[in-house]
Amino acid sequence: MCVLAHIIESAGIATVALASMRPVAEKVAAPRVLHGEFPLGRPLGKPGDPEFQHDVLARAFALLDAPSGPVLESHPEVIEESADAVSCQIPPAFDADASPAVSEARGIRKAYDRIVARRGVTTVGRAIDADTVPAALEALERVVGGTPLKEANLPGKNTVAVCHDIRTYYEEAAIELADGPVAGGRAIENWFFDETEAGKVVLAARAALSDQGAPFPFWFYMAPGHR
Amino acid sequence: MSGDAPMRSFAANLPAPEFADAAFVTPVPLAEAKVAIVTSAALHRANDEAFGQDDASYRVIPRDARDLVLGHWSPNFDRAGFTADLNVVFPIDRLEELAERGVIGSVADQHYSFAGNQPDDVATIIHDSGPAAAAALKADGVDVVLLTPV
Repeated sequence: MCVLAHIIESAGIATVALASMRPVAEKVAAPRVLHGEFPLGRPLGKPGDPEFQHDVLARAFALLDAPSGPVLESHPEVIEESADAVSCQIPPAFDADASPAVSEARGIRKAYDRIVARRGVTTVGRAIDADTVPAALEALERVVGGTPLKEANLPGKNTVAVCHDIRTYYEEAAIELADGPVAGGRAIENWFFDETEAGKVVLAARAALSDQGAPFPFWFYMAPGHR
Repeated sequence: MSGDAPMRSFAANLPAPEFADAAFVTPVPLAEAKVAIVTSAALHRANDEAFGQDDASYRVIPRDARDLVLGHWSPNFDRAGFTADLNVVFPIDRLEELAERGVIGSVADQHYSFAGNQPDDVATIIHDSGPAAAAALKADGVDVVLLTPV
């Protein structure tokens, strides 16, 4: 955030800001900015690539040599987001009584547990924990079926926070399930919304809430804006 | 279907605060500088207070902490890169390597995290929490701040 660069610089500390959006960086005109046309959410460009990250940092810190500012440069490499979905095999869950989404959510639980054990932390938990993901999906399925939100018994209550937790539960599991190097920007998001049963339930519940006349912030931020 | 392009167009049309007489500090040589990260990715330790929506406060991230949660409320950016490698947002391991190589002087003991999704005028950060974090960085003896967005 280039605004913070101005504030910190006025306290007498030199700043170098990485920026994802050049037009915004031009407007805010922070003292030293390295713009990287990288997927949003990846300001160092490439996860799992220390060499590339060091290249970004070297170019950023080189701006400290400028005698006056503001200075704004762009990293020479442009990295586009991925248009495809990551290839990710979901383990089968044999549960004839469960809906496809609930069965699928149970099927990826072991992968989710493995990555949480490996990383020592999870970003699931804004409104619900991993144990509650199947129940949350069942509640969203009731919304899709026409039940008003207030009667759907959604655990965690906050639709946006619950959908964040469902998506994050899937995305963390997907990183464990996918082979090879880290997928490109949005490739795992694309997998969740385009290929999983849970992603379809989230999008359908979002559309149903919109149709029910639910307040815009309740449903819009359940998924990325372009969906 | 691209998700980044509409976000870029949207952000390009947002109002941006102007800073008259912007400060420009001449830093000590990088090889002597203590470096801290300030991120707007709403990172916080798992046991620390989560960020609320429109939360203008900041969290302190100790140098050794790796149990970091991406607390940003926006669904509109790739989150999986951070999950796979936190350095793609918060390059703390890269800074440690640069300190070992003598490229930077040292890594600060404390780093700072804000939430990037803010009201358009960013008033609280400009007048309250931003200066408070800057004062804390100054008190920490930080010479250079690297800012990373989300």
